[in-house]
Amino acid sequence: MTATTLYDKIWDAHLVSTDADGTALLYIDRHLVHEVTSPQAFEGLRDAGRTVHAPDKTIAVPDHNVPTTLDRNNGIVENEESRIQLEALDKNARDFGIHYYPVDDVRQGIVHIVGPEQGWTLPGMTVVCGDSHTATHGAFGALAHGIGTSEVEHVLATQTLIQTKSKNMKVEITGQLRPGVTAKDVTMAVIGATGTAGGTGYVIEYCGQVIRDMSMEGRMTVCNMAIEGGARAGLIAPDQTTFDYVMGRPHAPKGAAWEQAMLWWKTLVTDDDAVFDEVLVIKGEDIAPLVTWGTSPEDVLPITATVPAPADFTGGKVDAVERSLDYMGLTAGQNLTDIEIDVVFIGSCTNGRIEDLRAAAKILDGQKIKSGVRTLIVPGSGLVRAQAEEEGLDKIFLDAGAEWRLAGCSMCLAMNPDYLEPGERCAATSNRNFEGRQGRGGRTHLMSPAMAAAAAITGHLTDVREMMNS
Amino acid sequence: MDKFEKLSGTAAPMPLINIDTDMIIPKLFLKTIKRSGLGVNLFDEMRYDDNRNEIPDFVLNKPAYRDAKIIVTGDNFGCGSSREHAPWAIKDFGISCVISTSFADIFFNNCFKNGILPIVLPKEQVDILMEDAQNGANARIEIDLAAQTITSADGKVISFEVDAFKKQCLLEGLDDIGLTLKKSSAIDAFESAAATARPWV
Repeated sequence: MTATTLYDKIWDAHLVSTDADGTALLYIDRHLVHEVTSPQAFEGLRDAGRTVHAPDKTIAVPDHNVPTTLDRNNGIVENEESRIQLEALDKNARDFGIHYYPVDDVRQGIVHIVGPEQGWTLPGMTVVCGDSHTATHGAFGALAHGIGTSEVEHVLATQTLIQTKSKNMKVEITGQLRPGVTAKDVTMAVIGATGTAGGTGYVIEYCGQVIRDMSMEGRMTVCNMAIEGGARAGLIAPDQTTFDYVMGRPHAPKGAAWEQAMLWWKTLVTDDDAVFDEVLVIKGEDIAPLVTWGTSPEDVLPITATVPAPADFTGGKVDAVERSLDYMGLTAGQNLTDIEIDVVFIGSCTNGRIEDLRAAAKILDGQKIKSGVRTLIVPGSGLVRAQAEEEGLDKIFLDAGAEWRLAGCSMCLAMNPDYLEPGERCAATSNRNFEGRQGRGGRTHLMSPAMAAAAAITGHLTDVREMMNS
Repeated sequence: MDKFEKLSGTAAPMPLINIDTDMIIPKLFLKTIKRSGLGVNLFDEMRYDDNRNEIPDFVLNKPAYRDAKIIVTGDNFGCGSSREHAPWAIKDFGISCVISTSFADIFFNNCFKNGILPIVLPKEQVDILMEDAQNGANARIEIDLAAQTITSADGKVISFEVDAFKKQCLLEGLDDIGLTLKKSSAIDAFESAAATARPWV
């Protein structure tokens, strides 16, 4: 038998049919739905007189438009278009009988945090959502990726997706991470190495000792940003850490079904002699706390570095960097640690889980946020918020001077009342530093929760390791 | 879906690399529950100033390119989000073909669902088309999907590759869902087998 990768195995287990030209029909186990990319798909279904093929495998939760301020449960979403989108999801979820976590449900949150939390995401599954950060679910050894709205409609109607197979890439992170270096730095280091198009056409399997030692929260952070490297999906083989996380979740199998599932899940590993089309190896010890300086997630540097010059690059990147530096208001040669910030955003599907909040709290404990630096701490779900409060993290945040919010996408993408004003600069734990991503004219520096917390205290980009030593 | 057979029109040059989905259609325009009407906001932040006046230097605001039907652009076009609003905005503006050295995966797939042909070419050929696009007289090109050729104003012919299934869908304006539903017995069979093999799903 030919040796296969984890991706090959999941792919093969979900093949409904393959045409002569290699175009495949892939069965989808879980379809996650949010309010922004689904209304047109449901409208298409209605127009064609079609229905949802597998409502029991379809899960809806509003997140992008939802305000995260404490008064939101008054039911007032001031922006009319946002309100219409939220109402459309509500109606569609009820009309088609799909699983649904409305805004006032404590389990509501960012779709990519809610799915795993509720046990919808399980090893070996195919998971799709009209959202590029669906890659997050790959942390469980699930084949998970974003789709467009036409494909959302296709999955709603057929529970399948027309696909061509990607190539296999292995990204191995060896050894151990140094103190102050987190899963966020790992995933940013990979994008720094591959570039934002380096993963195009591939599914990445992350492996190596650093990944094995990582919690599920960390693995989700790593897989979440696979898309920023251009990959269709990122995957991590399930192991005891995965099984321990999944066990007992509301929608995880129980009893005999659990035993049966485990028999299959334990086979979900890449064969020793399987061949990858591309391999990247990074030493864990070589990764430093990273920040982005430009307007592409590939623009990463260690916090100890200086802002590069366009002349440091070649090809089309020269003009792109010139444009980036102008947009970001930075000068080549400037120390990254001299960059002053106005806003700190800790949250998002990349870093809105309990471990992220703990990391931020550890830095902020007993400290005061620099005067004038607005700091938003936004849990990824209502349950993450409750857990943080049980651990007393909310008090640490509030005492330090941060805002402690309800769950949602918040300032990751400026589709709700949280956004940057033109020229404002933000230390953000989210995933994209594109022009205008956090608001027109807003300037984003991506980093880990610990690094963002450190920046909140000093008011400028800061090497968190200096605070850990003191 | 609209059929795509032949397209003849002006190509607008956008040499910038990594043009992302936030540039193509900023998030504030994602709040619509319709597919139509997004063309006016295509490349919104590059196209308009803070007072909503057109920025004259932006390529699609220049008289020669206001009616462009094709974009020739730098590497990795469409990176970022899965928002289909990006191809909806492009199509609604009147553009039905984007030519680059590479596209982001989800954007590339989304194009085909909306009657837009994304063409991948080697850098040398994109460079030629970019130069032609920047030179008004040669900016008009013709694309023949059936023949898989691009013909420039001065008669140069460039061939391109396209996935056979996606090509057929574009040429015939086929509805994917209708095609898949023809395989519903295979889907049912898969579900029956999976119910035994993986009953917990």
